Amino acid sequence: MHDNARSPAASARKPETFRDAASETPFVRHLLIFAALAYLAFFLLLPLVSIFVEAFRRGAGAYFDALIEPDALAAIRLTLLVAAIAVPLNLVFGVAAAWAIAKFEFKGKAFLITLIDLPFSISPVISGLVYVLLFGSQSVLGPLLKSHGIEILFAVPGIVLATVFVTFPFVARELIPLMQDQGTGDEEAALSLGASGWQTFWRVTLPNIKWGLLYGVLLCNARAMGEFGAVSVVSGHIRGLTNTMPLHVEILYNEYNFVAAFAVATLLALLALVTLVLKAVLERRFGAEIAASRKH
Amino acid sequence: MEVTISNIRKEFDLYPALHDVSLNIRSGELIALLGPSGSGKTTLLRLIAGLEHPTAGQIFFGNEDASNRTVQERNVGFVFQHYALFRHMTVADNIAFGLTVRPRATRPAKAEIRRRAAELLDMVHLSGLEKRYPNQLSGGQRQRVALARAMAIEPKVLLLDEPFGALDAQVRKELRRWLREFHDRTGHTTVFVTHDQEEALELADRVVVMSQGKIEQVGSADDVYDTPNSAFVFSFIGSSASLPVERRDGMVFFQDQPIGLATDATGPAQLFFRPQDVALTSEGAALSGKVTASRRLAGARIAEIDVGNDGNAHHIEIEVPLDAVATLGSEIRFRPTRWEQFAS
Repeated sequence: MHDNARSPAASARKPETFRDAASETPFVRHLLIFAALAYLAFFLLLPLVSIFVEAFRRGAGAYFDALIEPDALAAIRLTLLVAAIAVPLNLVFGVAAAWAIAKFEFKGKAFLITLIDLPFSISPVISGLVYVLLFGSQSVLGPLLKSHGIEILFAVPGIVLATVFVTFPFVARELIPLMQDQGTGDEEAALSLGASGWQTFWRVTLPNIKWGLLYGVLLCNARAMGEFGAVSVVSGHIRGLTNTMPLHVEILYNEYNFVAAFAVATLLALLALVTLVLKAVLERRFGAEIAASRKH
Repeated sequence: MEVTISNIRKEFDLYPALHDVSLNIRSGELIALLGPSGSGKTTLLRLIAGLEHPTAGQIFFGNEDASNRTVQERNVGFVFQHYALFRHMTVADNIAFGLTVRPRATRPAKAEIRRRAAELLDMVHLSGLEKRYPNQLSGGQRQRVALARAMAIEPKVLLLDEPFGALDAQVRKELRRWLREFHDRTGHTTVFVTHDQEEALELADRVVVMSQGKIEQVGSADDVYDTPNSAFVFSFIGSSASLPVERRDGMVFFQDQPIGLATDATGPAQLFFRPQDVALTSEGAALSGKVTASRRLAGARIAEIDVGNDGNAHHIEIEVPLDAVATLGSEIRFRPTRWEQFAS
């Protein structure tokens, strides 16, 4: 009976409705896409837009006034300075640590990896407190350094230290799996061809890891500029002196100066956007090369 | 360049990878290090290159002790198993690398380097691919780029680690022939590591058979195949059958039955013979077994038989004439015509 029931039209339509075992029905597909987009819009896009809306609530004039005000400029300068110190430091440290972990066998390797992850696993506030304990007036080091005229806490060095601590996993974490995956074959080849260790690093190792390194640096920079908790504990919140941008935003907000607070916040949001765009552009332009450097 | 390896010992974390290995590699020779994985063959190759340092012993290049020389100073051409081509450099830059990293005083001029790279590329039949990147090449092409790169530094010795391991069968055969020609043309002392005995026997002037960190035998293909000096070599090279035997009164006994072989030795031993080195017989003392399976292999028939008492039978394979009766379950009586015995 069912043979007769299948009309020619129905069997002709059959290929159109056929789908892979692994793909969902259109309804489920759309539902999933909608859910993902709605989630992103609510938790990411909406807050982002609201920052800009708040910042421009009283017009572009008020927005730019908030940015060129001396305390704001000082905060921007300090943030840039801290990032300019912390990022290169962690770049060098990250490459060195990843190199050691990926290319050598030594005792305590697992411990070193755990140590590198430490800043990720503890609250940034604790990271800041560590430096307060280490260099505070109750500690051994603090008064000693102070007697030599070196201020750590509530000064720029403390902020740099806390930022370095919080951001040091980014570069190393990005490079370790990459370098482990690549192994030591290329380096051995370079050495066997007569290259010195230095030449091998610059001409073979570095080109092999450059994209991973760039990712790590971008992430590290974004965090260095945006870090709040650890810096907040060690900075002392001295306006125009030890306030970074995130701290400045907080102070303005607590003073109900919403336009100025959101204006400075837009700069941080823009930084995040620039980082993302840069990453996307790099991926698009050098996608093939990045993929090639990841596989052997 | 002659290479002499003298009483080399290598330990990794107290686990010995090589015990007291000595080997003399003649100048201009093509020699294969053959063995199963874990036999220490790659470790030996890396020790010659200077990529590893021996726990004890010395390595001489010619008459000079190279044991304390770094890999850079040894000037060896090393072709890695997975080629280790620099993926961010073109083929031409890969080949030129060894020249461009030389100190200024000994570095050829740019034009000269380019010319040399082109020449090497021509030698490995890859002219026209200068601008390609390694991931745009086939496996066989990468292999040849790696070889050209190693040759660029005019090495004293050429070392190849499983040179054909990552290639498919057809390319492997072609490259094998090509490497032999290449060697004959350039005359470099060449050492290569392989676990493929066919490759080693076909390609090398001499084969070094290794097992468990020791050299078992060094010799030509004929030597290691026809006169293996140990049970390991006999069973590793080619196919073979082996049976535990007892020797007394000038005869060889298998499970207390004489099998028609005479010997001067006494005591327990392992008897080895090749499947084709047997003769069927109907009279006198001989080995006998039940056929459990048989298959046609080109011009011969291979019979799988169970030799010995039920419950303690040994499964072996022998070659039987095509007209011999080798039906399932039938009884076959045979004697090895060429055989070796190794005391056990």
